[in-house]
Amino acid sequence: MAAEHAHSTHEHDHGHAPTGLMRWVTTTNHKDIGTMYLWFSFAMFIVGGIMALVIRAELFQPGLQFVEPEFFNQMITLHGLIMVFGAIMPAFVGFANWMIPLMIGAPDMAFARMNNWSFWLLPPAGILLTGSLLVPGGAAATGWTMYAPLSLQMGMGMDMAIFAVHILGMSSIMGSINIITTILNMRAPGMTLMRLPLFCWTWLITAYLLIAVMPVLAGAVTMTLTDRHFGTSFFSAGGGGDPVLFQHIFWFFGHPEVYIIALPAFGVISHVIPAFSRKPIFGYTSMIYALASIALLSFIVWAHHMYVVGMPVAGQLYFMYATMVIAVPTGVKVFNWIATMWKGSLSFETPMLFALGFLFLFTIGGFTGLVLAMTVVDVQLQDTYYVVAHFHYVMVAGALFSAFAGVYYWLPKWTGHMYDETLGKVHFWLSLVFFNLAFFPQHFLGIAGMPRRVPDYALQFADFNQISTVGAFGFGLSQLLFLYVVLKAIRGGAKAGDKPWEGATGLEWTLSSPPPYHSFEVPPVLK
Amino acid sequence: MTPKTKWFRNISLTGLLLALYTGLAQAAYEINFQQSATRIGQDINDLHNWMMVIILIIFVGVFGVMFYSIFAHRKSKGHQAAQFHENTWVEVAWTIVPLIILVVMAIPASTTLLHMRDTSNPDITIKATGYQWKWGYDYLKGEGEGISFKANLATPQEQIHGTAPKGEHYLLEVDHPLVVPVGKKIRLLTTANDVIHSWWVPALAVKQDAVPGFIHDTWFRVEREGTYRGQCAELCGKDHGFMPIVVEAVSAEKYTQWIGEQKKLMAAAADDPNKLYTPEELQTRGEKVYAANCVACHQATGKGIPGAIPALDGSKTVLGPKHDQITTELNGRPGTAMAAFGKQLNDVEIAAVITYTRNAWSNHTGEAIQPSEIKASR
Repeated sequence: MAAEHAHSTHEHDHGHAPTGLMRWVTTTNHKDIGTMYLWFSFAMFIVGGIMALVIRAELFQPGLQFVEPEFFNQMITLHGLIMVFGAIMPAFVGFANWMIPLMIGAPDMAFARMNNWSFWLLPPAGILLTGSLLVPGGAAATGWTMYAPLSLQMGMGMDMAIFAVHILGMSSIMGSINIITTILNMRAPGMTLMRLPLFCWTWLITAYLLIAVMPVLAGAVTMTLTDRHFGTSFFSAGGGGDPVLFQHIFWFFGHPEVYIIALPAFGVISHVIPAFSRKPIFGYTSMIYALASIALLSFIVWAHHMYVVGMPVAGQLYFMYATMVIAVPTGVKVFNWIATMWKGSLSFETPMLFALGFLFLFTIGGFTGLVLAMTVVDVQLQDTYYVVAHFHYVMVAGALFSAFAGVYYWLPKWTGHMYDETLGKVHFWLSLVFFNLAFFPQHFLGIAGMPRRVPDYALQFADFNQISTVGAFGFGLSQLLFLYVVLKAIRGGAKAGDKPWEGATGLEWTLSSPPPYHSFEVPPVLK
Repeated sequence: MTPKTKWFRNISLTGLLLALYTGLAQAAYEINFQQSATRIGQDINDLHNWMMVIILIIFVGVFGVMFYSIFAHRKSKGHQAAQFHENTWVEVAWTIVPLIILVVMAIPASTTLLHMRDTSNPDITIKATGYQWKWGYDYLKGEGEGISFKANLATPQEQIHGTAPKGEHYLLEVDHPLVVPVGKKIRLLTTANDVIHSWWVPALAVKQDAVPGFIHDTWFRVEREGTYRGQCAELCGKDHGFMPIVVEAVSAEKYTQWIGEQKKLMAAAADDPNKLYTPEELQTRGEKVYAANCVACHQATGKGIPGAIPALDGSKTVLGPKHDQITTELNGRPGTAMAAFGKQLNDVEIAAVITYTRNAWSNHTGEAIQPSEIKASR
């Protein structure tokens, strides 16, 4: 068996492996595919970011200056869809591809060809989404939530968004099957599930969430499609349907989706904080229980996105209580990270800075989430800028900061070079300051009564909107620095040893930097 | 930390503080809820303030520990890492304590919610219907029964496009506010004609989605006379940001007086669809109907918005057979932003606006469409 294995490796490395572009098109290597996921994600992040800047430019002052309302609505829709499905989700799938085999001592992912296919589904979906701007009627202008019956009024841009969602869903499901199979079957001898690194645990749970809810979203958009073209009336009262049905289905997907994004982010943080505290994670077991509880609870709280839709008071009470309970396992995680730091030996390299930024800002997002969970308070805040501020604290300062922490943490492993520590820190401080400048004032806007998804606003909202726009442009431009730091590390820099971080633990640090093509050709044995 | 990054951190911190300071120095920054004109609104504000106090305490506690650790347990100070982990008592405590805090928060939240949802025994019942993009009101029961009108955005297009200075109530003003008496329980039914809208007035603490084909209800009792302004809160298409809500709360006497005026106005404005109108009458009326219903999309110039909204000036439909234009006007164009106006406008209004478009700008058909023709096409 070992001899056979060595033979096939030999063939792959020096024999028929294509080079140039075809290397990337045909690759089945988990590291190549992980890299492509991460670059795709960054490209989409730039595209979605430019759309965000169009939105913020229009909102710099009252009145219509740059774009018409219809185009503005297309921008908010595409910004949301591209950032959620094109940027953040693929980024963490990229981490999963790169790191899971390295962390569990496997040579590659379980289904290497399917891995290639699930990546190459993404570019067509990205093209469908961005290309829909060019078709007659433009892109969908419904917001990323695609609520019916507004979605029934759209042009063919809506259909393109629907197909894009279908394709992205297929990609996610295949990726999830791959991750689950890899984690359950390819662990090194001695790595029991309760010794599995936390990042792998978060992905194991996330993958199950994805398999459970992506078909639900696919169902919702398919029903929209048949309502639009084939005479059904799922979402139209005129034919016996109900527009609110769409919202129930959408948010049954949409709320777990929040944790699909957040859990892998938690996973990255659970590696970075112990490494730079030089101390093991405080409560490994309770972290796993907290993850599992969050995942289960995420299925039974969806209608807190719909408090004012006209549901019975019993429903409002139930969804309020269920939502509040999520604060408990989330609190356990935050307390655990802080207890991990307590009495450690802390140092503050860029990954740790981003992890601390995550911890601080994500918790603010958690607190505003608690405020929003209160049905009566939510009646005042639903569909306002407060909600926009809340989910950007969770998605940007939460998920994105965690992705930055992960990139800086593993970049030496991936490239074999250390990145420029000073520039990395500058990137962190710029991101931190501009992020807060962009999004903190939005809490005040929402509380004072500014609705979201409007291209123009009353005069009393002008000042905070100006600050927010300045912050958004600063935040966007700061990310070019990130690109520069990463490119610089890829092209050269100080050699990174096998384990560039003093406090890092795990199998990935036993391999060379960069790791060999087939990662672990012989499974390592855990004592 | 290298001197370079220290220098940078100082600069960025100064910048942030400076921004905060200039922000607070000007008084125009609202950071809390609008002053509420209803009891429920007061309760919500109190609940929110109380929650913020609890949150601030937790915040200071949790991040006090974190920042103390960042300060005291750093490697650069030579702190050695302890290797402890897992402690059942600590873990049980930080699960139970938050749970207790949550229960304490949930009690007042539930009481207020039950109060908020009790729409029984109203004095006046009003139905609010969301249209793309205006609100229609029908007084269904109680004093003022039978009154019915639509409320359009009153801000001129010139202010929106920056060719005229913006007024004090920019985007929060309508041609026909909803008038209610103070101290009376107003039950509001919401529904919609096309897509989902949401009726929201912050100072009244009322937000209720208006769903086409369904009726939901909410209520408010205004305690102080005054004008309260809100907006549609659910994305409903192109002009979602341009369909405000204005509620005027007046004394009981003024309310009775207002009802009298409305009844007279309604009687005077009752259109006779069987009358034969002169082309001039139709055009003058049509211009008004156009300004209230069509101008947001098709523009005052009739040129529309290139790529999104077709022009009416020189349009094939407008200059073609009148039957096609009447059908479009009545039924809309499915799959486009063109709404069906058949239920929103009466025969006279539709006849007038079609006559207007067929004779405005460079369109000179010289035709006058009579209300009877609309009636026949319905």
